[in-house]
Amino acid sequence: MKKTFFLLAAATALAGIAVPASAQGMDKVKACFIYVGPVGDFGWSYQHDQGRQYVVEQLGDKIETAYLESVPEGADAERAIERFARSGCNIIFTTSFGYMDQTNKVAKDFPDVKFEHATGYKREHPNVATYDSRFYEGRYVLGQIAAKMSKVGTAGYIGSFPIPEVIQGINSFMLGAQSIDPDFKVKVIWSNTWFDPGKEADAAKALLDQGADILTQHTDSTAPMQVAAERGALAFGQASNMYNFGKETQLTAIVDEWGPYYLERISAVLDGTWEQSATWGGMADGHVVMADYTNMPDDVKAMAEETEASITSGEFHPFTGPITKQDGSEWLAEGEVADDGALSGMNFYVKGIDDQLQQ
Amino acid sequence: MRIELKKRDSLSSLFSILSPFIALGLTLIAGVILFLFLGKDPVKALYSFFIEPLTEVWSLHELAIKAAPLILIAVGLSVCYRSNNWNIGAEGQFIIGALVGSVLPVVFHGWESPLVLPLMLIFAMIGGAAYAAIPAFLKARLNTNEILTSLMLVYVAQLLLDWTVRGPWRNPEGFNFPETRNFGDYAVLPRIIETGKAHWGFGFALIAALVLWFVMRRTLKGFEITVLGQSARAGRFAGFSDKKMVYFAFLLSGALAGLAGISEVSGAIGQLRPVISPGYGFTAIIVAFLGRLNPLGIVAAGLILALTYLGGEAAQISIGITDKVTRLFQGLLLFFVLGCDTLIHYRIRLVLGTAHKGSAA
Repeated sequence: MKKTFFLLAAATALAGIAVPASAQGMDKVKACFIYVGPVGDFGWSYQHDQGRQYVVEQLGDKIETAYLESVPEGADAERAIERFARSGCNIIFTTSFGYMDQTNKVAKDFPDVKFEHATGYKREHPNVATYDSRFYEGRYVLGQIAAKMSKVGTAGYIGSFPIPEVIQGINSFMLGAQSIDPDFKVKVIWSNTWFDPGKEADAAKALLDQGADILTQHTDSTAPMQVAAERGALAFGQASNMYNFGKETQLTAIVDEWGPYYLERISAVLDGTWEQSATWGGMADGHVVMADYTNMPDDVKAMAEETEASITSGEFHPFTGPITKQDGSEWLAEGEVADDGALSGMNFYVKGIDDQLQQ
Repeated sequence: MRIELKKRDSLSSLFSILSPFIALGLTLIAGVILFLFLGKDPVKALYSFFIEPLTEVWSLHELAIKAAPLILIAVGLSVCYRSNNWNIGAEGQFIIGALVGSVLPVVFHGWESPLVLPLMLIFAMIGGAAYAAIPAFLKARLNTNEILTSLMLVYVAQLLLDWTVRGPWRNPEGFNFPETRNFGDYAVLPRIIETGKAHWGFGFALIAALVLWFVMRRTLKGFEITVLGQSARAGRFAGFSDKKMVYFAFLLSGALAGLAGISEVSGAIGQLRPVISPGYGFTAIIVAFLGRLNPLGIVAAGLILALTYLGGEAAQISIGITDKVTRLFQGLLLFFVLGCDTLIHYRIRLVLGTAHKGSAA
């Protein structure tokens, strides 16, 4: 009995390895996308849809795509993912952290469909891959610019959810700012949403009222940019180039370029070479791109470009010691560089941030 | 010139029955025009809206999942509204029910026993009822307007849930994301049949609808509810207490909303999150009226509304319209239903200036 079981297990394991290896190409691929916001948010979901359109341009009649927008995280997401899996999609991109468990649940029932979950960490089945971008690289550049451009030495930061990805961003921004002005202050407001123009605008107003004169955000709408423009403050675009919403306001923006990754993964399905992976691309991979540096003097621009270049070349990592935690204890010693594991579970602020994380 | 609504002297019973169907027909016609303007094939669009979700078994299960909370809440509300108690806060009772019902799987997650699930359901019903007791008490004792108090308590409940999942109940393995740990196997509401996803929440909804239909039609309690709702004074002459009825109606609808809450969390979501309902408690008010405050009508109305959600998704995929069109379409349906109902009860008079008052009849 035990032996049979062992043999069975071995056979299953072998089969598991053999499936991705048996490279069987296909003539046409159907790729499907699930967005947490509307494609017209001009932020996160908009950029994912730009990525989708990019792949359509590149692959032409070899690809068919479909998307669902404004899909709430939870039971509705599971239904949406399952609907795609049943409607003949070969690969499904689920583009919000909150789709993580649902993606894995559906993936279990559809072993022939590939699932790609953005910003998550769970890959419970061989047909689930995850991908994310090193947005914190861009945040460091923003921090440096903010410290140079702020007249009062205080920036306002609109957070979404206190998950590691967002905390990385806040810390990286602060480290960048402190590299210019050690006394720089960052005020944080948690809007508890990815996309809610009303709430984001309220948070932006509150931060400006509290004395910040530069805004940055980790939410998806253009509302904070527009509030900053009305009040004559400066701001950074998020996920997408928001220059058109604040021509005299936007300093730069961290632009998420998903197109190259989507092309690579969808092509892999076409070729039959798709395999589970965990991708974390940054500036060097062309996944994180800085929008044009505007509304700043030439010396600030030059500094920003220099930092961008040194991060891209791998010469500099934003999380390089010495770095002290908010509570005063040492995190990284002089010259030490944070490893990806520590970053992806980041749960603390660095020194100087004017906010408390719930522990 | 102005427009007046004048109550009709006699109601046409034929049109009362036909009204929802006329409304559906008008919605379809408006839909055809809408899709033609959008440059989409209207036949294909309407097919994917109303037929496609019904052609596959898995989709029927999803329909049951989506309709369950709407029906369960709405049948409770129908008793409230029939007895002239305006509970607008079912969304809050849904949330508190889910919260109280989740105490066992979240705080005492180590306790694995077949007792867990029944206790969760009971806790949730007590929680929802207790939360509904607040506006009931305020109305019965202090004569407060229950529409305002029950509505405002929704926001309190939402913030309480938000705080709980962010703070004390946050999943220690959840990377700071605001959600509780996943419920253990004993705390998950089982599926009705093993091959499909629909969970027992839909079963509860049907049972509640049947029981309340029987109570309203065949029992003295049902009579009491109707009489007190139509005239509290007449009810008092018959020896009924309108104060007790306030409590009865609120506690019943609160308990059912709480049951809907824990069913959704335990059956469909599997954990608590900052937002567990896309407005089921409010949509259920629409469902209650679409179903004419009749428990069996509510079952049909809940299924139809759930169908528009599923159909909206199907249409997004098959013909590539946005989700805004889905919402517009739901709005059209409600508009025509309410419009038809109004025109059955009232007739429209155009009044040309004050001099002609009453002459146009």
